[in-house]
Amino acid sequence: MIEIAGLSKRYGEKLAVDGLTFTVRPGTVTGFLGPNGAGKSTTMRMILGLDHPTGGDVRIDGRHYHELADPLTYIGALLDAKAVHGGRSARNHLLCLAQSNGIPARRVGEVLETVGLTAVARKKAKGFSLGMSQRLGIAGALLGDPRILMFDEPVNGLDPEGIHWIRGLMKSLAAQGRTVFVSSHLMSEMALTADHLVVIGQGRLLADTTMADFIERNSRSWVRIRTPDRERLLDALHTAGIAVVEAGDGLLEVDGGRPERIGELAARHQVVLHELSVRQSSLEDAFMRLTAQSVEYHARPEPAGQSWGAHRIARTAAGPPAPKAAPTTTPATPAPLTTPTTPATAPTTTPTEG
Amino acid sequence: MAATQVVRSEWTKIRSVASTVWTLSLAAVVTIALGMLISALSKNEFGSMGPRERLSFDPTFVSFAGMTLGQLAMIVFGVLVVSNEYSTGMIRTSLAAVPRRGAFLASKVAVATGLALVVGMATGFAAFFLGQAMLGPQLRTTLDAPGVLRAVVGGGLYMTLIAVFSMGVAVMLRSPMLSLGVLMPFFFLVSNILANVSATRKVGQYLPDQAGSRIMRVLPRVGDDTPYGPWGGLGIMVLWVIAALAGGYALLRRRDA
Repeated sequence: MIEIAGLSKRYGEKLAVDGLTFTVRPGTVTGFLGPNGAGKSTTMRMILGLDHPTGGDVRIDGRHYHELADPLTYIGALLDAKAVHGGRSARNHLLCLAQSNGIPARRVGEVLETVGLTAVARKKAKGFSLGMSQRLGIAGALLGDPRILMFDEPVNGLDPEGIHWIRGLMKSLAAQGRTVFVSSHLMSEMALTADHLVVIGQGRLLADTTMADFIERNSRSWVRIRTPDRERLLDALHTAGIAVVEAGDGLLEVDGGRPERIGELAARHQVVLHELSVRQSSLEDAFMRLTAQSVEYHARPEPAGQSWGAHRIARTAAGPPAPKAAPTTTPATPAPLTTPTTPATAPTTTPTEG
Repeated sequence: MAATQVVRSEWTKIRSVASTVWTLSLAAVVTIALGMLISALSKNEFGSMGPRERLSFDPTFVSFAGMTLGQLAMIVFGVLVVSNEYSTGMIRTSLAAVPRRGAFLASKVAVATGLALVVGMATGFAAFFLGQAMLGPQLRTTLDAPGVLRAVVGGGLYMTLIAVFSMGVAVMLRSPMLSLGVLMPFFFLVSNILANVSATRKVGQYLPDQAGSRIMRVLPRVGDDTPYGPWGGLGIMVLWVIAALAGGYALLRRRDA
């Protein structure tokens, strides 16, 4: 179990992680989702005690990382597959990690077997492809047979076979009752592997929910209509009090998934329909809207649409701390310093930076 | 986490990279070979030396003449042992495995120091015996002559301490290129200039290599006015090493990996 409480990290002016609170529980794959630069890797580095938090606390099975005797036997992590000395063989790389944590040397052979690198165990790591490096990193994470596993973007740059293998591995690790915490910036990837979702944007928690719940909440459906009698249908819909959006190309869209109502309405008014179909947004769209909303959230002291997630972090002040950098990052809007009524034009620095 | 585990791990690390072998062998070969060459040249030149120079001719120190270049390879060894962790990103893997940074640094430095000491001592003795052989029966000295054994052991210690000092600096600077760019010119040029120009001599003589190399002299230099003896000089060098390691530890503890 990983418990994160009020975790913050500031790099100079930038608040990379902002008051994160969530718990990663055993027996499930928890997806850690956010656009690039949202603070996922920073959070993971703080979990491992590599970066010192500016505020807040991380505990692994109730203890701080540096208090763990032989930490690799509690939590195994793959942060950066290329973070190995290229001149060292795969075997020796794993051996020095094993020795530092009192793990028997035979485990090295076992994990190499698990990840399928036995044949290249004595080859230098610098000759490894990204996929092989990724496997070596995973071997290092599995070395101590830990109860908690953490992977940062493990499928990045992998071929389909490698991706398939990693998905299966994560699911089987969770099925063994382990805690699996995996980050990604791809919603579609998470939908395939994760049971639980933690979504962050600009270092803040946006959602902490089960995958099923997330899908249910976010699968927006609408009815798409195509008709040659556009004006008459619009009138009819308007009279019936049904909100309609023009989607361009002569298409009309009505929120909600009830085509019957519109079909019957059209029949009553003798409007010809060329298309009447139910559409569903993808999870990727839902994710985009969620993270886009995180930007919007800065902009309004009283955000609308509070439906996201369990732990929305209440902010005492509107927007982030004094946007000193704002005039340079958003030269078009020098407003933040002069018009305090719109304090948060600054966060137009997009969530996808970095 | 027992300290022995981390030491064993660091031993695996150091023995499994090629740079360890080539830096240390280069240090040994250069020190010994250059010492032999200069010893042979000194033998030929001895006849043309003035009486003062003959009186202060120090056969032990002459055989260590290769140290000025050999120490540069020792510096590379010390720098690479540490900064390889940073340049490859291995440091994050290492500190995740050993989160107690003091234990991590102590084990790494202990293992590298031990190895440097073995190589330094072997090099010191080899440079001495081979250098004496080149000087020939008229000029050479023996290990049982007063002060000679101290100077030879001191030569090994000097090489070791130069490597450890470089480790401390590399922990502070992290980048191998930056560390080498600071240390190499400093020990090869700057320190010698500072210690030999009369205006800066008073300060220059306290620099780590200038103070530390005093131990390799059996006879003091002509007009030597250094306020410390051989062990005093080595003591000053040890203080520099401690300062470099302390600075490195303080930064390593505080910094994000």
